[in-house]
Amino acid sequence: MTPLLIAPVVLPAVVAALTLLARHNLALQRSASLLTSAALLALAVALIGQANLGPQPYFLGNWPAPFGIVLVLDRLSALMLTLTAALALIVLIHVITTGWDKRGHHFHTLFLFQLMGLNGAFLTADAFNLFVFFEVLLIASYGLMVHGGGAARLRAGGQYVAFNLLGSTLFLFALATIYAVTGTLNMADLAQKLALLPPADHALIRVAAVLLMLVFAIKAALVPLQFWLPGTYANAPGPVAALFAVMTKVGAYALLRFGTLVFPPTLPATGSLIADLLHPAALLTMAVGAIGVLGATHLPRQIAFAAIGSMGVLLLAVSAFAPTSTTAGLYYLLHSTLATAALFLIADLARSHRGGAIAALFMAAAVAMVGLPPLSGFIGKLLLLDALRAPLPWLAILLSSLLTMIGFVRTGSALFWHPQAQPEAAKTNPPATTLIATAFCLIALAALTLFAGPLTAWLAQVAQDLHHPNAYIAANGVGS
Amino acid sequence: MTELLIALAIGTLTACGLYLMLRRRSFPVILGLSLLSYAVNLFLFASGRLAPGQPPIIGASAAPTDPLPQALVLTAIVISFGMTAVLALLSLGAYLTTGDDRTDTDDAA
Repeated sequence: MTPLLIAPVVLPAVVAALTLLARHNLALQRSASLLTSAALLALAVALIGQANLGPQPYFLGNWPAPFGIVLVLDRLSALMLTLTAALALIVLIHVITTGWDKRGHHFHTLFLFQLMGLNGAFLTADAFNLFVFFEVLLIASYGLMVHGGGAARLRAGGQYVAFNLLGSTLFLFALATIYAVTGTLNMADLAQKLALLPPADHALIRVAAVLLMLVFAIKAALVPLQFWLPGTYANAPGPVAALFAVMTKVGAYALLRFGTLVFPPTLPATGSLIADLLHPAALLTMAVGAIGVLGATHLPRQIAFAAIGSMGVLLLAVSAFAPTSTTAGLYYLLHSTLATAALFLIADLARSHRGGAIAALFMAAAVAMVGLPPLSGFIGKLLLLDALRAPLPWLAILLSSLLTMIGFVRTGSALFWHPQAQPEAAKTNPPATTLIATAFCLIALAALTLFAGPLTAWLAQVAQDLHHPNAYIAANGVGS
Repeated sequence: MTELLIALAIGTLTACGLYLMLRRRSFPVILGLSLLSYAVNLFLFASGRLAPGQPPIIGASAAPTDPLPQALVLTAIVISFGMTAVLALLSLGAYLTTGDDRTDTDDAA
């Protein structure tokens, strides 16, 4: 049990409270949140090293599981922590160089609370604690979403909050049902108790499992629960939308975690129920995403639909619940988070500047998002096609990629090529400093491509851990 | 009898909450969310089984109540209270800037 494990939750929480004290000193706030994000990235990389030694528990208040709350670090948690920290650092650089944090109050405080919620959600091994961290990250995201104000943003924000509050209520209904049946909410303890469940309780647990999947599907913007996403992402401030790229992945993470640990396909009570529901929904999500990309009339809205499409691809990989497809899915998760974020950052810059540099960055990010070679989207989709050798997934992936490409080509030519439609002032490049964050994002995508070999070898280990959760369960110390 | 009453109360609250949530103005939506959160709080409370008049201590009585759902309900109450306040403020902000309290957005913008 290492105290390092709680640091990704405690550090941003403490610094967030401190930035509130320094609310009249923007320079101090900026350096505090930059330093914290950098420290979180270093911490996450150190935790990957720890996770490679096997799952590590942290018992809060030293209460034994399942009576106390446990945080468990495994390879998947460490991976998600690293992705979150890297994305946070990129977004923060963009916010500081473009001055977004001057357009409203308390940006850095909300940003750090959001990181605390995300990190907690990735680390916790207790289902009710997961709910609490979901609420922490959501309440911070409500503030970030309406940062800067404006009528359209406030109204879209209201919809976003209402949709997610309904999701939280469903989450509580699901947790209460699970508790009423099993008497525990520790995920490892649940895994053991559910396997021995008497058949009379199977129907209740199936209801709870589907309710829980619905909640995670709302977070992951799975069709038909994707309606909150386009309005939210298109109306949120550009860098906040980029940070939200990891929020949908929280849903995918939770689906993967619960689908392999608590409700694995081998469980008699649920069987292949989750996979059977996820698979068609993921295919539909890809279709809706691709059609939305073709139909969107504004760049942020188009990127939001591309994000929905990429969640479809990711959840298609998740829904197969097999080590090879999970490996491909995890690679695609890393890629799609960074690619979506890069596009949102570029869209933010393209509001006022449409010079050659922005056009080039847009093209690179769009190539990555669509999944054309040479960038990581191509490798991600190739891995997935290799893992899922069936006609319908192939057709869906290839066709949705084609439609997404047509959509982005049209946007690219309309925004950057159409000389008569552009005011002269728009054809300039923004100050070089504002491009740093986007450049980092694209460098990260290029690194994903270059080191795809060693990375997928490690991701295969992550997938193995997930599909054989004995070590994770043992780390909780719950008696069998 | 208590079980039936509690179940009916939860069902009525959920139905009313869902109906109100589907309204087009933000005030009924907020009311609906509040009703839904009352329903879920009662549901959470009932998940530890109903044992009226029993202490939550093992050994003190033959059928003690489960203290954990009560702790869960407290957490849920605090969270839903805070969230409802956030939503009310957001809706108020949207109402004051746009002049009406519709919940739908103009998707073309």
